[in-house]
Amino acid sequence: MSVMYILIGCSLFLALCALGAFIWIVKSGQMDDDYTPSIRILFDDLKSKPESTGDTKP
Amino acid sequence: MKITFKTNQITCYHCGDKTVAEPVVVDAHEFCCEGCSRVYQIISSNNLCDYYLIQNSPGLKVPLLSGKFNYLDDAQVKQRLIDFTDEQITKVTFFIPIMHCSSCIWLLEHLYKLDEAVVNSRVNFLKKHLTVTYKNKESSLRKMVELLASIGYEPAINLNDIETEGRKSADRKLIYRIGVAAFCFGNIMLISFPEYFGLDAFTKSAFSRFFGYLNMALSVPVFFYSASDYFTTAFKGLQKRHIGIDVPLALGIFVLFVRSSYEVISHTGIGYFDTHAGLVFFLLIGKWFQQKTFDTLSFERDYKSYFPVAVTTVKDGNEETMPVTNLTIGHRIIIKNNELIPADSILVQGEANIDFSFVTGETSPLPKVPGEVIYAGGKQLGSTIELEVVKKVSQSYLTQLWNNEQFTKDNASPIQSFQQVVSRYFTFGLLLVAFGSAIWWLIVNPSLALNAFTSVLIIACPCALALSSPFALGTAMRILGKFKFYLKSPEVVEQIAEIDTMVFDKTGTITQPAESSITYLGELLYDEEKTWISSLVKHSVHPLSKKIKNYLGERPHLPTSNFTEFNGRGVEGKVVGNKIRIGSYAYIFPMHEPMGFSGENPDVLATRVYIELNGKVPGYFQIKHSYRNGLKKVLALFNLKYNLYLLSGDNESERSRLTEYFGDSDRLFFRQSPLEKLQFIERLQNEGKRVLMVGDGLNDAGALKAGNVGISVTENTAHFAPASDVIMDASMFEKLPAFIQLSRNTLRVIHWSFVISLLYNVVGLSFAVQGTLSPLIAAILMPLSSVTVIGFTTVATTIFAKNGGLK
Repeated sequence: MSVMYILIGCSLFLALCALGAFIWIVKSGQMDDDYTPSIRILFDDLKSKPESTGDTKP
Repeated sequence: MKITFKTNQITCYHCGDKTVAEPVVVDAHEFCCEGCSRVYQIISSNNLCDYYLIQNSPGLKVPLLSGKFNYLDDAQVKQRLIDFTDEQITKVTFFIPIMHCSSCIWLLEHLYKLDEAVVNSRVNFLKKHLTVTYKNKESSLRKMVELLASIGYEPAINLNDIETEGRKSADRKLIYRIGVAAFCFGNIMLISFPEYFGLDAFTKSAFSRFFGYLNMALSVPVFFYSASDYFTTAFKGLQKRHIGIDVPLALGIFVLFVRSSYEVISHTGIGYFDTHAGLVFFLLIGKWFQQKTFDTLSFERDYKSYFPVAVTTVKDGNEETMPVTNLTIGHRIIIKNNELIPADSILVQGEANIDFSFVTGETSPLPKVPGEVIYAGGKQLGSTIELEVVKKVSQSYLTQLWNNEQFTKDNASPIQSFQQVVSRYFTFGLLLVAFGSAIWWLIVNPSLALNAFTSVLIIACPCALALSSPFALGTAMRILGKFKFYLKSPEVVEQIAEIDTMVFDKTGTITQPAESSITYLGELLYDEEKTWISSLVKHSVHPLSKKIKNYLGERPHLPTSNFTEFNGRGVEGKVVGNKIRIGSYAYIFPMHEPMGFSGENPDVLATRVYIELNGKVPGYFQIKHSYRNGLKKVLALFNLKYNLYLLSGDNESERSRLTEYFGDSDRLFFRQSPLEKLQFIERLQNEGKRVLMVGDGLNDAGALKAGNVGISVTENTAHFAPASDVIMDASMFEKLPAFIQLSRNTLRVIHWSFVISLLYNVVGLSFAVQGTLSPLIAAILMPLSSVTVIGFTTVATTIFAKNGGLK
């Protein structure tokens, strides 16, 4: 049963990683704006050739 | 709101407005004006035409500007606005209220295509913020703002930004605290499972002790970090001899931690660490739920948010830009079209036509002649005027309102919230039961006394009670927000529920803006007749003439002779030989009795302008000036429950009509100055009334602030609203009774949920006083009661909202 000590240590370590990731995400400001990125991702990249017309790739 | 018509009407490719007879055509696209085509050319020459593909006609009209932003070269101004700067780059955040669609985001994030100096630009759409990073060597703050203005996205920079230093950084502490509490709560629960199931193999082994210490270790951050706010607020409250909900909460958290630690260290049990962490976690969630704010709205605006930063002054014939804070008596200032007059001044020269809609909500501009005093806050429409300042900016008729003590004192609400009232009694009751059971057990069986005492404090910890208000109020606030009734904070719901008196402003609040509708009634006019009328009214500066001219649309201008204007009555003249008279009924028919308003619709106040063509009167223009939709119904409903008053800055012309609405002529007050409005509210409050003020312009700002609740009604929530507790979209005026009813019902929900949480407490206490509270019972009761209360309050509030028509 002493394997329990290792298992609990592992589970705590993983949970700590998740907590650390959470704090890092909040700190870096990713949670501040939950709307604009959802629109930004839908924009197409600028076409490289100036003369190309309005065809847009999905 | 924009209405799009499905007709063959050609609309501007850039801004979507109807184009005039001869549109500007560029690249086979029609534009309504030179400004729009110019923006299109900037965008297309930079290969950014995707802008027009994402949304149809996304653009904004661009007025021509020059030299307007020179003040941004001032070092002091720059320092206040810039977020960060070093030798190479500068980062600055602008507030751009006009961004409205995905095309806007797209264009603003591709600024680097328009100007090579831009390193990066990022939009936060909800806050309508644009953060730009640019190279110092190639650009400047002024150039950045000019770039944005040239493509139609002029940032809003006002006196407030300059006077207050730095922007508040987002407060993320609560989120961290919740994260830590959640982490510890989850792990403690996991480790406590063997105990919950009573697995002897675990509880009797060395694991039990190990788990106990592990739980204790996990509880330390919860106690010292996540819960620390409760101890400080409880302590501060006690110092002020004020017992709030924080006192029993802090007591409960403290006792939980100390007793559990004692049990673990003395090997007498495994303690209540799971309850402890869960309690703190739920409480913090409640706090977070209550913190919801409407990012794009500002509830603290005063006149500084609307006043310009700088103004053009003239000295010995030289024009110079000067910060308005430096303006003093005697300065000569130049105000161009669409600029705001920052201080009370005397008109020296030019034709002034002042729009006071910022101040009074009235949109018809007032003409002024040289020598007249023009109050600060008006906007000049038309040609450039020169003025002499007679009062400093902060001492003007309007702005001195903000020197009143209402704006300087700490605005603690005089109404105690239900939670505050209850928690005081609750705390005393709790201590009574705790000490009572301790004394009882000291007599009967002293070994159980401490156990019973601490158990009472643990189980009676008013977690559910503390959660009921945040969740009920927070839910109500979210629902109201969906209906464009934006609250400053959830507590406002409770204050709305408590009011017994309502005071309304008139212009702009219960009336619709005067720009409303103009119609022609009578015999059909030929196109050439319309052109004659248009040519004649072009010479008149009267606001009604301008409206008629706009109504008739773009027309050629025919030569006019013998033009005469009879002030306030009408105009006459000859257009290509046809005698035309336009004016009021009394002017056109001087022999007749004056006619009343149209009797068909009591909500309509109409002004009629008659026309006479070569001695014949074919009809009249009707300009409607109407009360808001459903005003009669709204006021009739309120009249049953509340004392209603009307405070208007206007004259008494509508007294008889409004008496019908308000029921009593004594409740209507006209010609009220901003300060009188404020004092009127204070007088009502001194009589013990709890007052709701509904207003709109800056002239109501004092009354809105003084009222227990201030609601500012605005046509466009992104643009203009004075400081208040609530910002309401004008289109929702009809729903005002439903909003207030929901607030009252929410308070009832809080009362009921209080009963529920008390029931849980009674069950728990029955174990506690007997000294038989096991960790398992505590671990079940605490989350169960919290979840019940959260579920009940949110569901009940939502049902009330639905039944009240808010769905």
